[in-house]
Amino acid sequence: MGEFLHQLASGVALGGVYAIMALALVMIYQATQLINFAQGEMAMFSTYFAWKLIDLGEPYWLAFFATVLVSFIGGVVIERLIVRPFANAPVLASVIVFIGLSLIFNALAGWLYGYSVQSFDSPFTGKPWFGAGYMSAHESGSIVVTLAVLALVYAFFRFTPLGLAMRAAAQNPVSSRLVGVRVGWMLAIGWGLAAAIGSIAGMMAAPIVYLDPNMMGGVLLYAFAGAVLGGIDNPFGAAVGGFAVGVLGNLIGAYLVGDEVKLSVALAIIIAVLVWRPSGLFGRRLVARV
Amino acid sequence: MSAPILDVKGLEAWYGPARALRGVDFEVEDGGVTAVLGANGAGKTTILRALSGLIRRSGDIRFRGRPIGALATEDVARLGVAHVPDGRGTFTDLTVEENLRLGAYVRSDRQGVREDFDRVFGFFPRLKERRRQQAGTLSGGEQQMLAIARALLMRPHLLMLDEPSFGLAPLVVAEIFRVLGEINRNEGVSLLIVEQNASLALDLADRAVLIETGRVALSGPSQAIRADDAVRRAYLGY
Amino acid sequence: MADAENALSLLVTLAVAVIALAFPFVASGYHIYQGAQVLIFAIAMLGLNLLTGFNGQISLGHGAFFAIGCYGAAILMTKFGLPYWAAIPAASAVCFVAGFLFGFPALRFGGLYLALATFALAVAAPQILSYTGFDAITGGSQGITLAKPQAPIGLKLTSDQWLYLVCLASGAALYWAARNLARGRIGRALIAIRDQPIAAETMGVNAALYKTTCFGVSALYAGVAGGLSAIAVGFVSPESFGLSLSLAFLVGIVVGGLASLGGVLFGALFIEFVPNIADQLSVNFGESAKALPGAIYGALLILVMAAMPTGVAGGARAATNAVMRWLASSRPIEVANDGGADVAAKYEGKGESP
Repeated sequence: MGEFLHQLASGVALGGVYAIMALALVMIYQATQLINFAQGEMAMFSTYFAWKLIDLGEPYWLAFFATVLVSFIGGVVIERLIVRPFANAPVLASVIVFIGLSLIFNALAGWLYGYSVQSFDSPFTGKPWFGAGYMSAHESGSIVVTLAVLALVYAFFRFTPLGLAMRAAAQNPVSSRLVGVRVGWMLAIGWGLAAAIGSIAGMMAAPIVYLDPNMMGGVLLYAFAGAVLGGIDNPFGAAVGGFAVGVLGNLIGAYLVGDEVKLSVALAIIIAVLVWRPSGLFGRRLVARV
Repeated sequence: MSAPILDVKGLEAWYGPARALRGVDFEVEDGGVTAVLGANGAGKTTILRALSGLIRRSGDIRFRGRPIGALATEDVARLGVAHVPDGRGTFTDLTVEENLRLGAYVRSDRQGVREDFDRVFGFFPRLKERRRQQAGTLSGGEQQMLAIARALLMRPHLLMLDEPSFGLAPLVVAEIFRVLGEINRNEGVSLLIVEQNASLALDLADRAVLIETGRVALSGPSQAIRADDAVRRAYLGY
Repeated sequence: MADAENALSLLVTLAVAVIALAFPFVASGYHIYQGAQVLIFAIAMLGLNLLTGFNGQISLGHGAFFAIGCYGAAILMTKFGLPYWAAIPAASAVCFVAGFLFGFPALRFGGLYLALATFALAVAAPQILSYTGFDAITGGSQGITLAKPQAPIGLKLTSDQWLYLVCLASGAALYWAARNLARGRIGRALIAIRDQPIAAETMGVNAALYKTTCFGVSALYAGVAGGLSAIAVGFVSPESFGLSLSLAFLVGIVVGGLASLGGVLFGALFIEFVPNIADQLSVNFGESAKALPGAIYGALLILVMAAMPTGVAGGARAATNAVMRWLASSRPIEVANDGGADVAAKYEGKGESP
């Protein structure tokens, strides 16, 4: 029983990371109907940035917020310089560009920081805030951070004029422009927010999965699974889906197939959702496209 | 007489390589109402899209004396040109209130916005009842009211409407046109109305432009247009 | 002009064929081995290009089908004693079925879902292959070692030369098949589905079936390539089939030209030699040179998409066309429609809505 609770708790902690990563994916999907395959590598690169700051002696939380800010700016710049020119290109071209971006970030990280695995310290040390005995201090802290991110993002989109304008721009760009919303900037800010949220996911994942240029491959895969399970067009669904696949992955990994094929669990979840419930748990019903 | 609020000369517009407007001239008086009439496909909607910068256009477009022919859609809107597009442009997944808040998106005078909310709820009490409802669930008439209310929250100098009567029951159309008249008379908002229902539009307008295949076929005071034999036969049906 | 262009393309094809045939008799052993690798990559990319270039569907997981072909052939040869010329086709057939089944759920909802599902497949593949539960068959993380086939008795060829020629013959046959497929009725249907999905459906093209079959065929090509790779390398192990292999295939077809079947040869040369060069550089410049292929791949993907959506082959074709037009400027111009990836936005003179 203790072992089960332990697996469950660490599944929830990982699930929080998947949830905010999935949220970042969904934000971009809602605005552009595209899946950003570079989201994982962008988050990895941000995490290295934080690691470098901490390595230089900056306090953790300063490094944390500086990373979030820099990631936001980086996301905006990437959208304006690299993604924007392909706004009217076919889906295929955009996917190829995203893959290109991810390769570049991976190479950049390897070039700047090397390919050896680094440890990344957690800001949460000592006794866990809750769930003592079942989870580590970092896991409890990570759950709090990811929940706080979800709450903040919700409040931003629900209660601020900018959040409202971003939702409007995603939904009906023409009408948005007719009331004076600068739709192009909304997309750029969306990319910035997604990059910022992704950086938090990276920093929360790094103490668990360790830091190396390929650290986010598995996280991104699980975030995909979470987003598909919850509904790729629904932020709430993506968050729930992220937690769900975190728990599912841990339990199936621990009790059914073994941890060494945990990634296949995410693959299986994606396939299963596409076969049985392609719109996900909370998504809008998908129409088979011709 | 004061200068026109909107002065359009030699307006051309394209859908891709296809030219849809071939040199259109007209104006809207400050505080006046101009109706754009014409058959399906003549280019009426295109005129509004071109003015808002939603499609590629050229020509001399002056709004309150200022050239706006090279401005982006957002900037045209920010100058005080509200465009109620065909299909009403509802944000269907947002609530009625959120739709209205978007109308006031670029304004910073909170007090004024609050008053304008009351004002548009005065014009369209039904919107107030449904303010928490998802806008996509409204009826066609209610969505048209919402679109006009959203435009009014921009505090526009010029309100451009694309077929506000389209697909609506006569009673609803009458209510909408009554409000439009009130807005024009009491608040001095100039109107540019594209309509297929020529008779309805001519009742409200002081000037009218008749568009045929991307060109102005006839323009002048409403009275004169109404009296024109060809217009009567083709558009008014008597 | 069309005749002149056909003659030119025939000439180029002949020249490539002569060089490819002569290569194993003039090059050294290791270079012959590399040549075989290039041909193997080219075969896999032929399949991927049928899918991506002609049908507009994107697969980020063709490395996994390559792996199935590779492991399939290796297992059939070592556990069941099949000769390689029977094992590779059998493994490829398995790939076709796997591709068909995998594509079926993903393809119903447009290319993005296929990209997502195949990405997941590519990331998970090495783990599945090294799964301890399959150790008895797959050799787990140790992989499988197999003997390189020798040339038939009577032919005075080294093993490398023989393998190269097997790859060349397979590649030529598969190129010929892909070309016929692409130029025929099926190819037109695939292109129609890519460019005008709704119209294609209206005209009675069963888009779902075509797309799924296309995915299956494309997986089959990857399977043949994988099978050939198993015998050419003489060793299969899970670590060779990660996401990076799948992405390398994508890079290859983009660099070679989407919807250009001949271009895959260039793409294959590219992905064979860029990492090689980087490896050599890392001797001098240390570990950071390992980042080079990724950086080049990534930058090229973006630049090619931005500047030359038809890739190198498309650029060459455009240049040829320009020369031909210039030579034939006195005659009326015919535009040869060879189904290149013309991604330029198509405008239609839209009537005004009421």
